[in-house]
Amino acid sequence: MFEVFVFATLNGLVTGLLLFMLASGLTLIFSMMGVLNFAHASFYMLGAYFAYTLSAYLGFWGGLLFAPLIVGCIGAAVERYGLRRVHQSGHVAELVFTFGLAFLIEEAVQFFWGRDTKNYQSPELFDFALFTLFGQEFSAYRGFMIAIACLIFGALYFVLTRSRVGIIIQASINHPQTVANLGHNVPLIFMCVFGVGTALAGVAGVIAGPVLTTFPGMATVLGSIVFVVVVIGGLGSLPGALIASLLVGLLQSYAIAADVGMPELLHLLGLSFDSSHPLNDLWTLNLPQIAPVLPYLLLVLVLIFKPTGLMGNREQ
Amino acid sequence: MTLILGLRRPRSKHHLSKHHLSKHHQSKPHLNVVQAAARQSLTRLASLSIGALVCAFSFSAATAQEPVRLGFMDPLSGTFASVGTSGLNVLEFAADYFYNSKGGILGGRMIEIVPLDNKQSPTETQLQFRRAVSEELRIIFQGNSSAVANTLNQTISKHNRRNAGQEVLQINYAAVDPILTNEECSFWHFRFDAHAVMKLEVLTDFIAMNDELSSVYIIGQDYSFGQVVADNTIRLLGEKRGDIEIVGNEFHPIGQVKDFTPYVTKIASSGADAVVTGNFGADMVSLARSIIDSGLDVPIYTFYAAYDGITATLGADGKDRIRLIHTDRANPLASDERRDFYRAFKAKHPNSDITQSRLANALMMVVQAMEQSQSTDPYDIAVQLEDMRFTSIAGDELWMRGEDHQLFQPLYISKQTDEGIEFDADNSGFGLLTEYEVGTSETITEHSCRMRRPRR
Repeated sequence: MFEVFVFATLNGLVTGLLLFMLASGLTLIFSMMGVLNFAHASFYMLGAYFAYTLSAYLGFWGGLLFAPLIVGCIGAAVERYGLRRVHQSGHVAELVFTFGLAFLIEEAVQFFWGRDTKNYQSPELFDFALFTLFGQEFSAYRGFMIAIACLIFGALYFVLTRSRVGIIIQASINHPQTVANLGHNVPLIFMCVFGVGTALAGVAGVIAGPVLTTFPGMATVLGSIVFVVVVIGGLGSLPGALIASLLVGLLQSYAIAADVGMPELLHLLGLSFDSSHPLNDLWTLNLPQIAPVLPYLLLVLVLIFKPTGLMGNREQ
Repeated sequence: MTLILGLRRPRSKHHLSKHHLSKHHQSKPHLNVVQAAARQSLTRLASLSIGALVCAFSFSAATAQEPVRLGFMDPLSGTFASVGTSGLNVLEFAADYFYNSKGGILGGRMIEIVPLDNKQSPTETQLQFRRAVSEELRIIFQGNSSAVANTLNQTISKHNRRNAGQEVLQINYAAVDPILTNEECSFWHFRFDAHAVMKLEVLTDFIAMNDELSSVYIIGQDYSFGQVVADNTIRLLGEKRGDIEIVGNEFHPIGQVKDFTPYVTKIASSGADAVVTGNFGADMVSLARSIIDSGLDVPIYTFYAAYDGITATLGADGKDRIRLIHTDRANPLASDERRDFYRAFKAKHPNSDITQSRLANALMMVVQAMEQSQSTDPYDIAVQLEDMRFTSIAGDELWMRGEDHQLFQPLYISKQTDEGIEFDADNSGFGLLTEYEVGTSETITEHSCRMRRPRR
């Protein structure tokens, strides 16, 4: 049991940190522009596909370096020539715009790369077990994923709280007019933040592509859960996004590992139903089966008891 | 061009509505412009279409007749798009290769495949079925997801009861839930794949032959097919090898799992010697990838772990490890005819494979039924298909049982390898090598179908 617990924790950590790489960009963009970017997970997918193509010529490291750059540039261009114009028509128009963009990117990916799963592999450098616990290997690549995510969190946190750029960004979140009056180019700041946010999603894609497989549905699979993370953490809060990502990752991982469910619960209560009962499906439900739904349940609970999210202070 | 320009103005809606009352009279002449432009282009259109009609008539008199249109309903977008698209490629190619390039069927009619994207959702399937009916598609090929096949089966049964003379026929080439040819069997449904229990009979025979196995872990998608696989693997292994312990029976939501590592952790700690799964598409490749990445060295017995990028992604890691039960003889291919078909397909689609050659079998049997009855009416085709015996281009003897509309064909178990591979998958150098085969007559199973036949 203990070994399952240890590995469930590690797995939850990896999933959680991957979610964080996506959620950090999303929450940053939201706190700046007040727009929920529905296409965020699509930039993650673009990152994986660009890295797949680039890695054929430049190797994995070339992909890791250039793919997020390309994705960031695309993101910045989307902000400059798309969102900024749509912005004048209000938030609903922005939402619809990013929503449409998500479809557009998915179709474009299928058009250029096809619908097959892509053979995008992790570098041979990491083809060894970082450590072996209880006869199970923990691959070096997963350790690398954890390291990159921690690095990103550290760098983001430092830039936002300790650097001059961070101060300007934080100021333009709350008082864009004042910052503009002080002579800063606020639209440029917005564009850069959007670019950096999407580039972070790109990094997540580059890193997750080899592990979670690179295929056209990868954005859809991750898209909704990232929103859950951002809302649970509190819209616009970076530490909140980190806590919520880890929470969601660990919750899912533990739920899958736990082999308990309704039969055990009923047994404890001394009840039993035969298999012909109309609600048989409900009585035989177990935790691993509903694991992927649990974050949504958590979302509902958080929205009921703390509508601003765990760390959010923004009243909508 | 004038029409487009004329229409452009009303787009500034804010502007119009804001000053709607005061500017009302001003917008009137503008409307007239639009009408005039529309009228103008209508006349142009009319003259054009008359010309086109004249052309068409003179053309059709010389050569073409109305094509035979077949619907192909499968996911062509979304998470499982790769499976649907590769099926469409095979069906379209088979129609061109066997018939259209040789002058068509029924005395010169071409076959036209009409794609219908159901996104693998039962709701979307209903919508697409309505579309098929309104476009007068009377024969629908469908394969992916038993849940979708069940929906389509019920929708078609209801439709056919209510619309005599406009019946629709379901050609199921891949949905393997046994109930489709048992409890829920229908006169209007024909299955060209072996159903899950037939395949599991063979697969468990094969697993039982491996004396080194003492425990098996079952993991699958949480829907009808996944559950059929789990229940029957447990039952059949219990009958054949009581000493093999089932150390896990896990379901996960279909197409929702991001990372399979937590599941693999459980598989590893259960100490299983082998994994059995009915997963397909992205769920299959992610699961296998996670198993390999965790350093778990166990054989994986599957239904769908090949092609569409799966073979290339697993590559050397999957060698001698991935096995699948399927209806297509893999390497070595049986006949030159089959080889030529494969080569011609590769020439046209270099980045694709013939993933499901039973689509070609299904098409050829349907065409034979059309030729025999000299009709494209679903009822006539259905009557001809019942108890049809057919030799496929691979030389396999096929039999469509009339009582439940289940096709019987040889079944094969193949493994992923790069040795002795003449035709690889995903251009990866790796492909499937057949290890074990069972003849048509040995796959015949009982059925519980009580079919309601329409009266004619």
